[in-house]
Parts: sequence; structure tokens; C-alpha cells
Amino acid sequence: MKFTEEHEWLRVEDDLVVVGITEHAAEQLGDLVFVELPDEGRMVVKDEEVVVIESVKAASDIMAPVDGEIVEVNGALVDNPALVNEDPTGDGWFFKMKLEDMSVMDDMMDEAEYLKFIG
Amino acid sequence: MSPAEGIAISGARDRGGMSGAVAPMIVPGHAPERGRTAMDDLQQSGLQQTVLHDLHVELGAKMVPFAGYAMPVQYPMGVMKEHLHCRAAAGLFDVSHMGQVVVRARSGDVADAARALETLVPVDLLGLGEGRQRYGMFTNDAGGILDDLMIANRGDHLFVVVNAACKAADIAHMKAHLSDTCDVTELGGRALLALQGPLAETALAEIVPQVAAMRFMDVIGVSSQFGALTISRSGYTGEDGFEISVPNGGAPGLAEALLEHEAVAPIGLGARDSLRLEAGLCLYGSDIDATTTPIEAALTWAIQKARRPGGAREGGYPGADVIGLQLTEGAARTRVGLRPEGRAPVRAGAALFAAAEGGAPIGVVTSGAYGPSLEAPMSMGYVPRGLDTPGTALFADLRGKRHPITVSALPFRPNTFKR
Repeated sequence: MKFTEEHEWLRVEDDLVVVGITEHAAEQLGDLVFVELPDEGRMVVKDEEVVVIESVKAASDIMAPVDGEIVEVNGALVDNPALVNEDPTGDGWFFKMKLEDMSVMDDMMDEAEYLKFIG
Repeated sequence: MSPAEGIAISGARDRGGMSGAVAPMIVPGHAPERGRTAMDDLQQSGLQQTVLHDLHVELGAKMVPFAGYAMPVQYPMGVMKEHLHCRAAAGLFDVSHMGQVVVRARSGDVADAARALETLVPVDLLGLGEGRQRYGMFTNDAGGILDDLMIANRGDHLFVVVNAACKAADIAHMKAHLSDTCDVTELGGRALLALQGPLAETALAEIVPQVAAMRFMDVIGVSSQFGALTISRSGYTGEDGFEISVPNGGAPGLAEALLEHEAVAPIGLGARDSLRLEAGLCLYGSDIDATTTPIEAALTWAIQKARRPGGAREGGYPGADVIGLQLTEGAARTRVGLRPEGRAPVRAGAALFAAAEGGAPIGVVTSGAYGPSLEAPMSMGYVPRGLDTPGTALFADLRGKRHPITVSALPFRPNTFKR
């Protein structure tokens, strides 16, 4: 699993990359109450806002961590945003992307580096 | 019931330095400042601590700056579960940051204190019986609200509870206007706990059996192993419950004794905000302030007949001309409940529109959050007369789009006070 400084995780599954937010981010955000997902098939560029989330505290955006196509979204989150808090790296995933170039993930942090990053 | 003081975790507005409520806020997509934590901020900013500070930390609370105090915004249970626990069992809140003030007439007659304080609030205090409490507000010359407060008749004096952010100004205001006849004294050595929820009576009665006989807005003084307590059957969650003034020395012991009861869990400012919003209660600084009158704020119920035009002691408080006219003719705008479509909360600061396209804003949202018991988002805001009827379809700006939102009756869920 790879991590970004924006507290997202990326996991390769077959030829796709699954994206979610880290346990640390979920904990800091507090209970999620609303998730707005992008359309499947949307082409996105890195740092483009793709998901809107609202916690009991505030609204936040999740940006695309890399360039690519959103091929699948986790519709279960729309009715049950709490999945993100309950299982941020499992059932709480947000979307799956198809990347032109998987090597863009090479420079991202691994788990040990991310844990060090959040101190 | 204590005056409105929850927490504006709604990000759009920053009133009274409450933006730190979400610190350390990590927003995916935005890297946080590295190496800086909320506790560093707290330690550096010289915040005051309540006498329960160590207990909060021990319980695992996330402490944030609020009205000059380090206060628990949530405990490990989390805002959502804390909210639901308070509605299902009992929640313990530390509200010791609020101001507790005694107003005592030098004549020794509480009626003289009531007469004096009536010059600052549009509330019938001469008609407030011994052992009873009433909600009120300090007004300014324009009829705006300087603060909201609770006033209790304690037999030989009035006991007043005011918001933390306003307490210095409130006390100065009372001293400036009441000192000819009254002594105004802040009770610095006392903490204030709120115990709220359907099992609040059960839990508190194990320590103070007398509370079982109290009705909503009754106030009693009792001695206990934790010192002399002043207890009111009131609160700010829409639930039955109590507010307990306790000497600082006894406060940690009382809090721990209550928390030992299986029904009681500690609740932070985060859940306090969603609880009071579901109950349709105002947060001072957000829903009411110096620019809103009690009539605009739909607090007309707090102005008893004796103080209204034609009443036995009409007027005689700051802004009485403005408020009296609005009582007779109605106000141009009103605070209403609002129910956004879907699940997305519409938070404080969002502009309101009458139509899906075009037109200038007709009003503004002053509080907004997700209601855990309502299982839906909820907001309050101001709309013009004519658009304030429940069921009126409006639109709110939500991230640049006009989002359907419907005027709704308040409270959003029925209150369960023990009348």
C-alpha cells in the first residue's frame, strides 16, 4: 500500500488502483455523515477535487492522487458514510482508478514512511 | 437549561475564536502543518482550564480552545455516539467555563434585585417565584441581543448563568447598571456540570435524592458530600436533565461519581452543538447576536405578558421601543428551522435563495450540522416574513450550487423536558 501527504492510501488490485483515506485521517475528521462520489468513467488529473466528504465537524475535499480514469466508485458510502470510520482501508474505500502509468506510485510513501510522516 | 453555548464546528464562520475547534484538522487533499499539534496550540495560547481539565485528559478527550478555555470537543466515543448516548441514557458535560453570577439587592429583598435586573432584560422577574428559573437575554438600545442567560430566584438573591465568551462584558454591564441597589458577584470558585438525558434523574438521584421531585426549571440548593450544590432541572440539549453548580473542590469527585453510573458518559462540545441544534436552541454568536432582536430570533416566548406593550411593567429595558413595535407588528425576518434535501449538511454562512436560479440572497444559514438522532442534516437561519412558514421551499448555496432546503418547524425533534 502507498500513501500520500494528503492522507490517502492507494492499493493495487489487478490492473486498477483502489483509493481511500487513512485511519489517521478518518480519526481526525471524525464521524463522516455525507459522501459525494464522482461519476464512473470520469478522467481526472492529479490534485483535482473528486470526492466531497462531510464529517460532524466540517466539509473536506478528496483530490485525485494521480492522473487517470475513475472506473468504479464505492456506492455503499452514499447511504452509509460511517463505513469510512469503521474500516477506512477496507470497506471504506472511495474509488478505483485506471492509470496510464503505474510507475507514478513508485515515489509515494510506504506505510513505515507514512507513519513517520504523521509522527 | 444554560444559555446557548455549543460549538461552531461549522467551518464557514469563525465567531469568537472557535476555528480551533477542529484542530488538528487534517483535510485530505491539503497537507497539514507538520509537527504542530492541538496541544501545542493550547499550551502556547495561555488558555484557562476548568477544574475538570485533568479528568478530561484522563478520559482521553480531544481538547480545543473555546471562549478562552481549553475544553473537550469530544471523547474517544466520538461526536456521533456521544450524541446518541445522551439521547438514550445520560451525558455529562463540563460547562464550568460559563459565568455564574449572584445579583443581591442591598435591601436584602430579592424583589429589589428582580426590579433592577428587569431594566436590562425583557423578562418578567418579579413574577419569577422562589426556586424557579427563567431564560432571558440582555438587550442593547437597538433591541439586539448582547447575550442570553438563565436567571433563577434563589429566595434572597438572583442566580444568573451567562455564556463564557460574554461573561466579562455581561458582568461589567450588570455592575454598571445595577450597582446603585445591588451587589453583582461572580462565583469564581464554582464549577458547573450538566447531566442530560432520560437517565439523568436516575443517576443524579443516587447522589442527591431530592432531584426526583423537581420539575423543569425548578432550582434547589442542597448540601452534599461534594459541598453545597445549586441544582436546576434544565439544560441545553432538549432532554430532561440538570445543571449542577458545585464548589471547585468537590467538582472532580462529583463528576467521577456520576461517571461511575453505567448510564453516564462524558460528552464534548461537538455533540453539545448537534444536540442543541436538534432541540432548536440558539447558539449565541451564531444564531443570535447584537444585530438580532429576540422577536427576529423567534424568542418571543421568553418575553412574558407583563413586559409586553400593555403589560403591567411594559418596556423599561434597552431597545424596548424596537422590540415593542416588533411584538405588535411582527419582525421583517425570522429565525426558522431548515431541512436540506439529501444528506449533506448546509452549514453556517450559506446564503439562502427563494428560487433555483437568479435573484439576490433572501437570507442566511446561521447553524448547520448533521443530526444524529434526526438521521438527516438540519440548519437554522433567518428568512424574510412571508417565507417563514414550515414547508416553504427555498434553496441554499452548497459548494456553489443551489441546493433544495425546506423551512421546518422547530425543534427538529420533540423536547422531553419534565414539565
